[in-house]
Amino acid sequence: MGKGMENSIKYVLGSEEILEAMSGLAGREPFSEELLGFCGEVSKELMKTPAGKNYPDIVTLGFWLRRGSTEKLRKRFLVEDGNIHMGRGVVFHVAPSNVPVNFAYSLFAGLLCGNANVVRIPSRDFQQIRIIVDALEKALREYPNMRSYLCLVRYGHEKEVNDRLSAMCDVRIIWGGDAVVAEIRKSSLKPRASEITFADRFSLAVIDAAKYASSDGQEKRKIARAFYNDTYLTDQNACTSPRIIVWLNTARNKREEVAATREEFWKGLWEIVEAEYTFQDIQGVNKLTKKYLLAADAETGVSRSRLPDGVDNRLVCVEIDRVEKKAAGYFDNAGFFLEYVTEDVLNLAELCNDDRCQTIGYLGAKEMLLPLIKAGVRGIDRVVPVGHTMDFDLIWDGYNLAERLTRVVSL
Amino acid sequence: MTQGKYNIGNWKSIMDYDEYLTLKPYEQGGQEKRRLLSRRISDLVCLHAGRCPEYRRMLEVDGFTKEKNDMVAGGKLSYEDVPFLPVRLFKELSLKSVDQDEVVKTMTSSGTTGQAVSRIYLDRTTSMNQQKVLAKIVSDFTGASRMPMLIIDCPSVVKDRRMFSARGAGILGFSIFGRDKVYALRDADMGLDVETVEAFLQKHQGEKILLFGFTFMIWQYFYKELVRLKEQGISFDLSEGILIHGGGWKKLANEAVSAEEFKRALAEACGIARVHDYYGMAEQTGCIYMECECGHLHASVFSDVIVRNPKDFSVCGTGEEGILEVISSIPESYPGHCLLTEDIGVILGEDDCPCGRKGKYFKVNGRLKNAEIRGCSDTYEMKR
Repeated sequence: MGKGMENSIKYVLGSEEILEAMSGLAGREPFSEELLGFCGEVSKELMKTPAGKNYPDIVTLGFWLRRGSTEKLRKRFLVEDGNIHMGRGVVFHVAPSNVPVNFAYSLFAGLLCGNANVVRIPSRDFQQIRIIVDALEKALREYPNMRSYLCLVRYGHEKEVNDRLSAMCDVRIIWGGDAVVAEIRKSSLKPRASEITFADRFSLAVIDAAKYASSDGQEKRKIARAFYNDTYLTDQNACTSPRIIVWLNTARNKREEVAATREEFWKGLWEIVEAEYTFQDIQGVNKLTKKYLLAADAETGVSRSRLPDGVDNRLVCVEIDRVEKKAAGYFDNAGFFLEYVTEDVLNLAELCNDDRCQTIGYLGAKEMLLPLIKAGVRGIDRVVPVGHTMDFDLIWDGYNLAERLTRVVSL
Repeated sequence: MTQGKYNIGNWKSIMDYDEYLTLKPYEQGGQEKRRLLSRRISDLVCLHAGRCPEYRRMLEVDGFTKEKNDMVAGGKLSYEDVPFLPVRLFKELSLKSVDQDEVVKTMTSSGTTGQAVSRIYLDRTTSMNQQKVLAKIVSDFTGASRMPMLIIDCPSVVKDRRMFSARGAGILGFSIFGRDKVYALRDADMGLDVETVEAFLQKHQGEKILLFGFTFMIWQYFYKELVRLKEQGISFDLSEGILIHGGGWKKLANEAVSAEEFKRALAEACGIARVHDYYGMAEQTGCIYMECECGHLHASVFSDVIVRNPKDFSVCGTGEEGILEVISSIPESYPGHCLLTEDIGVILGEDDCPCGRKGKYFKVNGRLKNAEIRGCSDTYEMKR
């Protein structure tokens, strides 16, 4: 270790001593009583702090960590095959800098699988981070044994620190997309260490137009809220956020009818956007630029979708007549949607035959998507109902994290 | 979209632009200017829709049909209703409405977002009209006779005559107003060439002289040097000078220099009393917005400025801050007649500036901030 390097690491939780000792720690049994108990304690703290109630992402995390939920994870992921499964040792997490709570999911995935964890958390001082650290501190008073398994750190982009943490870990988890993966990969791992990378991905929503049309008013309001949470809540910029909305016209209704259905959908969404979404002035210019770039490129028709009266730059939709691979080049964020109407889900094959394609949020019957998945596309790692694209699971982005974060002692 | 297809390749002007160019720059106001400029802009929409397929498709996505454009020409709508292209598009796309062999100059600008460079293609007509309009606008401030000219920059900035940087283009454009041109800065180190400047001032003693340069260059390499020389007892008398400068205040804002401070400090350093800022961009060369004696930027009859609400792009009222859209009657070789900038500003008034010039006058307040957004993919800033 280089002299003075420890100074460039700021410990939000844990200490230099804990970090130093980490690589000597043995992996633990995944989903042990103590681990579940600790997570439950953190959950209780998160649920009871008044500040947490203002943050839906904190509430969701608290819910995910509660005993009932981790028990289910244990049932699903604890392998009882006569062998012994143990944590791999130390997991080094590089969390994305723009999402406040993502680091916590990564951390608890590592922890539940029986590992010690050092997490590079966002440098931005999100209130949610303070709430989570606070809850961890309180839970650690009840579970002092867990202290040596946790370090939350902040540092700049110093390569020396990346080098040190990479050299000591058994698994490295890199969030934050292609550029971050490329940067962190400049630091080498131990020969037996492995890596999980979360690269740049895109997602879509597929809506059965007839199903939406036949929903009642209350259901439609729920759908709007669910879709808002999938998109605007993270500036439509999470890898799971739908960038293109596909209207599957399974009922083969007239296109005008579908158009009316779509307009109703946007109207429902707009009501929430108008009331809740914080707009930044440059975003209108960004979206206008993207819209024109798309129009300039597309030889086939690109048309502006019919949006309800009063909709402003916070919600921009461009309808495309044909989905090509290059459509992905015109995705944007903060409320910029491509829209596509089709009778045949296989028309999405070209777009989804791309390993960047991650999640499909659907409304309707899951089965409508099966022909597409079975067609053998390179993309599509997750299929979840609209409103659940952000739900974290130990199967994520095509990886079984529980498997990747443990080792097997074969007996 | 099937209705309102634009004719391709048979554009014929409904308006004689050569005649338009005989107008004085600041005599038409109100409805008269709006009518004139609307007719010219609708002409340009037709021209570019016919010759630049990318532009035509942009109009189509906005549902801006030929019928709507005819309404702009006819006065039922105006150039305010014509779709505007974000200037950033010229960095991403090669937008031109002429064949490559008609391109006589390609202008570049670093413009708004850093690395990417705008490419603006000029044919002979557009290039000449830029010069004509610039001459009309500037001579309204400097008079028609050509003055000895001191360029506050170094000669190498105009070296390559086919590829122009915004700085080079500005200097060459303004050079037509001067004679006996001298560059005040050395190529090697951007240092002030004291001997050359002294000789120039000696030769033109008692004459009115024109100084031209970029705001930041003037402050950094000219003004600061004048102050330093003054301390050594060397001073220049530029009280007969007219200084025209442009290029924006962004770099100077870091040094906390306001427009007022800029003028005051220069006057103190060399006695110069007439200082005119201008607002303009490589994407609309020629149509610059000169600062009058009252400190207001003015739109001439050849162009206009519209302030738009960032939220819905509606037109803001006088005194209301928003994003600046700039209209130019000049561009025939590229679709740059209606452009949305990333600058923010405010209209101060129209047709009633105490300086007597008609048209809108306005102020630029700065630039739009980059968005801070959430999301999984980081914008990873390398450690230097």
